Amino acid sequence: MDHNVNQESINVQELIQQKSMSQKVSHKIGKMIPSILFLFAAVSILTTVGIIYTLLSEAIEFFKIVPIWEFFSSTTLKPLSQNPEFGILPLINGTIISSIIAILVAGPVGLMAAVYLSEYASDRVRRLLKPTLEVLAGIPTVVYGFFAFTFVTPIIRSVWPDVEATNILSPGIVMGIMIIPMIASLSEDALTSVPNTIREGALSLGATKLETTFKVVIPAALSGVIASFVLAISRAIGETMIVTIASGSSKNFTFDITESMQTMTAYIVEVSSGDAAAGTPIYYSIYAVAIALFVMTFVMNLLARAISRRFREEY
Amino acid sequence: MKYIDSSLVEKRMNKRILKNNLSKILFLLATLFGLVVLVILIMRVLIEGLKWVNFDFLTGKLSTNAEQAGIMGAILGSLWLMLVVIVCTMIIGVGAAIYLELYAKKGKLNSLIQTNIANLAGVPSIVYGILGMTLFVRALDLGNIVLAGGLTLSLLVLPIVIVAAQEALRSVPNSLSEASYGMGATKWQTIKRIILPAALPGILTGAILALSRAIGETAPLVVIGIPALIIPFPGSIFDKFTTLPMQIYYWTLDSSLVAEYANLAAATIIVLLILLFMLNATAIFIRNKYQQRF
Amino acid sequence: MTQTIAKKNESVKHLPRLTTVSNDRLSKQKVVYQVEGFNLWYDETHALKDIELSVYDREITAIIGPSGCGKSTFLKSLNRMVELIPSVKTSGDISYQGNRILDKHFKVEQLRTKVGMVFQKPNPFPKSIYENIAYGPKIHGIKNKKILNQIVERSLRDAYLWDEVKDRLNENAYGLSGGQQQRLCIARALAIEPEVILMDEPTSALDPVSTSKIEELIQELKSKYSIVIVTHNMQQAARISDRTAFFLNGEIIEFDLTESLFSNPSDQRTEDYITGRFG
Repeated sequence: MDHNVNQESINVQELIQQKSMSQKVSHKIGKMIPSILFLFAAVSILTTVGIIYTLLSEAIEFFKIVPIWEFFSSTTLKPLSQNPEFGILPLINGTIISSIIAILVAGPVGLMAAVYLSEYASDRVRRLLKPTLEVLAGIPTVVYGFFAFTFVTPIIRSVWPDVEATNILSPGIVMGIMIIPMIASLSEDALTSVPNTIREGALSLGATKLETTFKVVIPAALSGVIASFVLAISRAIGETMIVTIASGSSKNFTFDITESMQTMTAYIVEVSSGDAAAGTPIYYSIYAVAIALFVMTFVMNLLARAISRRFREEY
Repeated sequence: MKYIDSSLVEKRMNKRILKNNLSKILFLLATLFGLVVLVILIMRVLIEGLKWVNFDFLTGKLSTNAEQAGIMGAILGSLWLMLVVIVCTMIIGVGAAIYLELYAKKGKLNSLIQTNIANLAGVPSIVYGILGMTLFVRALDLGNIVLAGGLTLSLLVLPIVIVAAQEALRSVPNSLSEASYGMGATKWQTIKRIILPAALPGILTGAILALSRAIGETAPLVVIGIPALIIPFPGSIFDKFTTLPMQIYYWTLDSSLVAEYANLAAATIIVLLILLFMLNATAIFIRNKYQQRF
Repeated sequence: MTQTIAKKNESVKHLPRLTTVSNDRLSKQKVVYQVEGFNLWYDETHALKDIELSVYDREITAIIGPSGCGKSTFLKSLNRMVELIPSVKTSGDISYQGNRILDKHFKVEQLRTKVGMVFQKPNPFPKSIYENIAYGPKIHGIKNKKILNQIVERSLRDAYLWDEVKDRLNENAYGLSGGQQQRLCIARALAIEPEVILMDEPTSALDPVSTSKIEELIQELKSKYSIVIVTHNMQQAARISDRTAFFLNGEIIEFDLTESLFSNPSDQRTEDYITGRFG
């Protein structure tokens, strides 16, 4: 009872009134919060600005030494020779070839996996298999590099002795394995978002599941599937460690996949982990290469987004 | 007159059904391909490296002599790096997400920032390395210390954290914040006491996944100029350092010179994969245990 | 209470001035909310039109009407929660205890400290039962553990929930049943001792047993608080309220003592609605 008397004596509104002065201070601090948080959000903008600014400003220094036209048209890259020559084409060539190999591996396998997961697999099987693919995507690329160099290359060489110890074929294949989960999961999203009524239409005419999938479902989801391919290629273009480890550093302009080739990313690694002093042409050259790399991946990403946006409008 | 010859249709039918069934098997094999590769990769790493994972290896210093090499320095380096990344990304990433999700007016600036974040997520990690080298290592003259590497990797994974945190904040039902406003709480009080705590499991899950991405990164650190051999252990974020992926990289490269380096690389991969496994297990645990179903 | 009902021809239509209410008990009531010429737009939609209404001290004012008629919007205007929707524009005047709450400089937090709200669906915070109740006092700076304990106990007692939860105050509120959760939300609103409690269809998500418990509780609370309750359950309005406003398409069709509105509606549309001819 004494308890109750005590309770009646509390007047919450009065207490609140008493605290209102100290509350005002903390409310004032609270008013500043949005501006502070805005600064955090601005970090992302600053990052972009920082990337573009550093790449451009140093690349301009480079193009003062090496004409931009020569850089983008020459097939000779000899940065370390007495009379250095800087042509980016061997690097672009290596990048494109390794990416093509990767997509040749990942495209069919990833798409078939997507078809299986979205059209054939039961819910239980899908729940079991999808996380495995995610694990594959979570393996660090340096581990894939190790795998390509110490396992895949020796296997390839045992059946195809012409292949060199460092070559573009092995990292290309392993890169393909790396991007399978990306294609599989993005394509699966595209396939699952095709409305069931479309499938039912085909199936009710007596089409098999296979025919339905390839003649109706995939065409309906085509832009989503293509977008996943484009994103995966962009990922392969930007991939560094696998090619750095397993493809060596030959700067020859060649189309022979048994040979060593250098990609743009691998070149940046080679030069920056060497002793290139700031201010030398070779030091500046990594910025010029990085710009080419940045633009290529950026365009691919924009393309992928534009394609998949079209796809959303279709239904 | 009939346009369709039903006997022909029937004859073809069996072939079509056979094709359908065969392709089903093919698709399953394609799906299992990833799993098979994963198993081979892990088997391969275990065979090469497991024998080398022992107490001396885990606690020893780096050495050019394969028999004596240990990776304590790289483990510590990776842990210090994790510390910098988790602090930076949690503060900046969550702060940015709160701003974008709860304060920003839906307008041009907001959608610009959103598009920008999506674009940043697609920039190759090596480009972040160049930014880090130019900005943190050279311009700010930090040198190749843990802090410089950590800041670089933080920028790299920031988009992942922001997107995950935004999703987590969005999943907190409006009814909760309404109840809080209804009691006279200010916006910041509501965010701090209601929305953030409710979104925290989702935010943490995303942050840990981003962390595991950062911890496996090699390319940006190579560009920053992390040297191959560092003997002293890093004792703070201002020390020079190496990390597990860096050691894997150097040992793999030199495995053609010293065969045992391949074993060291494999042993280091085992340690790295265990670390990643623990991180992911933590994320899954948090998601299952604390994720509030509203 | 049933003896003090106004006779039918003394019905108060459209914003009764105090003097126009002839009934003895009710005429002495103090006005808490005075709404005059209040309009509200969502983008181009004119959702509330020229609302005129008074809320009296220690009375239950019910707002009825078909869904989409603007009754919830109006309720949320009373504590300016409606502003959480960005495209809302208002005009006219709402004054609370003589303060014009629509003024730009008016501090909404202060208003909401005096005006509690209970929502359509129970929305306890994902915290312990104790923390749910202590939340309001805490955000207003009350940190003394002893005082908080007492506030929590008293609020839960007032909401008739104390006996059911006193042994598990530290358990998550999500473990309570729907009806208990809603009483917890009422207790949470009581914890800061508001003068007015706004209730937005508080029983629409509950089963009949929980509903009747909440209705009893609302009746009890009338001795201390003024209550505005939105409901689309006409029987509920008739059972518990003193005055009722009938909303249709964003307008007040009729505002009167509950008894007169239900027994002798002055507008054909009110009659159609309460006799179930539409809505």
